[in-house]
Amino acid sequence: MAFISSGYNPEKPMENRITDIGPRKYDEFYPPFIAKNKGKWLYHEILEPGVLVHVAESGDKVYTVRCGAARLMSITHLREMCDIADKYCGGYLRFTTRNNIEFMTDKEDVLKALKADLASRKFSGGSFKFPIGGTGAGITNIVHTQGWVHCHTPATDASGPVKAVMDEMFADFQQMRLPAPVRISLACCINMCGAVHCSDIGLVGIHRKPPMVDHEWADRLCEIPLAVASCPTAAVRPTKVEYKGEKVNSIAIKNDRCMYCGNCYTMCPALPISDGQGDGMAIMVGGKVSNRISMPKFSKVVVAYIANDPPRWKKVTDVVKHIVEVYAANAKKYERLGEWAERIGWERFFSITGLKFTYHLIDDFREPAYYTWRQSTQFKF
Amino acid sequence: MAKHATPKLDQLESGPWPSFVSDIKQEAAYRAANPNKVEFQIPVDCPDDLLGVLELSYNERETHWKHGGIVGVFGYGGGVIGRYCDQPEKFPGVAHFHTVRVNQPAGKYYTTKFLRELCDLWDMRGSGLTNMHGSTGDIVLLGTQTPQLEELFFELTHKMGTDLGGSGSNLRTPAACLGQSRCEYACYDTQDMCYQLTMDYQDELHRPAFPYKFKFKFDGCPNGCVAAMARSDFAVVGTWKDDIRIDHAAVSAYVGGEFAPNAGAHSGRDWGKFDIQAEIVDRCPTQCMSWNGSKLSINNKECTRCMHCINAMPRALGIGNERGASILVGAKAPVLDGAQMGSLLVPFVEVSQPYDEIKEIIEKIWDWWMEDGKNRERLGETIRRLSFQRLLEVVGLEAQAVHVKEPRHNPYIFFNEDEVPGGWERDLEAYRSRHQR
Repeated sequence: MAFISSGYNPEKPMENRITDIGPRKYDEFYPPFIAKNKGKWLYHEILEPGVLVHVAESGDKVYTVRCGAARLMSITHLREMCDIADKYCGGYLRFTTRNNIEFMTDKEDVLKALKADLASRKFSGGSFKFPIGGTGAGITNIVHTQGWVHCHTPATDASGPVKAVMDEMFADFQQMRLPAPVRISLACCINMCGAVHCSDIGLVGIHRKPPMVDHEWADRLCEIPLAVASCPTAAVRPTKVEYKGEKVNSIAIKNDRCMYCGNCYTMCPALPISDGQGDGMAIMVGGKVSNRISMPKFSKVVVAYIANDPPRWKKVTDVVKHIVEVYAANAKKYERLGEWAERIGWERFFSITGLKFTYHLIDDFREPAYYTWRQSTQFKF
Repeated sequence: MAKHATPKLDQLESGPWPSFVSDIKQEAAYRAANPNKVEFQIPVDCPDDLLGVLELSYNERETHWKHGGIVGVFGYGGGVIGRYCDQPEKFPGVAHFHTVRVNQPAGKYYTTKFLRELCDLWDMRGSGLTNMHGSTGDIVLLGTQTPQLEELFFELTHKMGTDLGGSGSNLRTPAACLGQSRCEYACYDTQDMCYQLTMDYQDELHRPAFPYKFKFKFDGCPNGCVAAMARSDFAVVGTWKDDIRIDHAAVSAYVGGEFAPNAGAHSGRDWGKFDIQAEIVDRCPTQCMSWNGSKLSINNKECTRCMHCINAMPRALGIGNERGASILVGAKAPVLDGAQMGSLLVPFVEVSQPYDEIKEIIEKIWDWWMEDGKNRERLGETIRRLSFQRLLEVVGLEAQAVHVKEPRHNPYIFFNEDEVPGGWERDLEAYRSRHQR
């Protein structure tokens, strides 16, 4: 295809250049009933899973239909969404922080037709395009990262395991039978571009082998001091090695100090870390962001490692499903997963879920570790 | 006919949840057919090659993407993530596959007109694949080549009136909950504050000058729907100072079963009749509520605004009228020194245009962090290394009991020299005249 210019002139990059204009202003995109009632909402109610009504002081009612989506989406899919929004919603739609799509209308009869239309649309492979749900005391969409689709440091994929977990948990996306919301997040490495560290259930990709050193390239590709400084456990040091008969500046890794965070690889591409045999996922539970009832909490690791098993990560989905079922059967109304685990005690969490507690699950990283040990004679047999 | 056989990925087409594999295939078929006669500026088969390289990863269980190279648009140091495939011969369509981050409108409302323009642009100049949205909040345009970057930027700024987001060691694209636009809990206009600060700090957003990334997030209430206090270096979380508003008639309606408790969020199971004593009063973390059988009372002075009672009875209880926000700083994910939650810095601040009081705090923190923060050290780590007291000094705030959950566990206190009479320079001779060696 021939190159088509936008009007940009590479000879004169500053000519007509527009910069630093920021995003479009939010209120350009408000549906009229949102613009009219902003700041004057009285209350809301979830009419059924995935359908909300917000009632304003003016008496106006706005119905919202929330739909799940794979956050990796095509423009063909986006255009279909636009067609739907044009037909039913006056040409407006919005996305939620958790990758859901929201279609809004102020008319009850439109709501009915909109729901039916959304529910009827499927991809050629048979999955729903716009499953309605993700509200209240259920499981909503998973916040996640790029994984093998687009990232250089992942220890697992993201879109694939998310699809596998949401397929398994789909019934709970479309109902509200749990004691409280269960927020699942997935990060494909411990950088955790997603609130995995504060989720009810967090799936996180972990490496388990120290990086290799590409001596031929280390000095050419990297600022070696930056790689050394990047290591949180002082496992990376500069060294000179014999490489093909020549002394070269390179890097040495003290394997027994390495906890495989991959930060050195981010700083230095000559330290590749990913490994098909070593990589996999840890499962964390009991975190939350909300201040409701108890303060926000970090997620805790309850399964140290599950090998990557594409395409459906069966062991991971089994554990997630199992944890949710045990939680659903035992927690009190309003109790988040972490609140329940704290009430019954983590030793009880392990006995009741049957998850095996191993030495991997005792914290030994930095000073907060001590505060997670048990300084008490109070415990359950 | 698919370009690459993808038997593993094909297994992700079944099941009810929307399949990204089906969607990518849909885009591949659309580009192959090209019904709109689009003059694709990057390889027509890039979605096929993306599936191909992903299938390879599914077989080998390792990624095939290399480090980002330094690509971007003139004058900006962020907004574009260079991405190259490490098997370019097998998958030429994605050999160069850079990400472009576009700053989303606060609250993520869109007109279809805007989205269609974006689709048209990305149809011609990119892969046709996106993330709606990235974890930080940007619109993520997934996959294009270097010669298209300036063209995309020109069209985004000239035709769509919008700009790139952040990446690298700069201010990352700020994000807000939908706030007052559709939520009765919002204590301030999160979208407006997000927009205004994004505009005011365009230089910090586009030109990396920080030790590491810096995130703003704006939550309208302590429910925290954008995870501000878990995920942002500077979290502004709505709160109020006065009393929870009570509509006693509506409380009775909840007790009488006329209104669904918790806004209907528990309707999927029979939890029994709503029990205001057990579900509201007894679950209150500060025990500041009471129910005498006909009237609900709240000792607001003891309330910590956890939102539970309001969430559970939204038609009866409302946030107070003296509204503002708490500011918490230093949250981050685990890399490197472990995960951190935001720590309370400013208990209450009024939030209104032009946000000068808050901007003053932000700028004091930035000046300090840029001076004393180490390379790749998040603000939370700098605070831990140099102390919370130092942060208070930088911002010019007095220490208050609300800054801690509990006082320190040791008496290893760094006193300021001027607090101690006579200071630290002492006369050894005089000491020896009182004490023999």
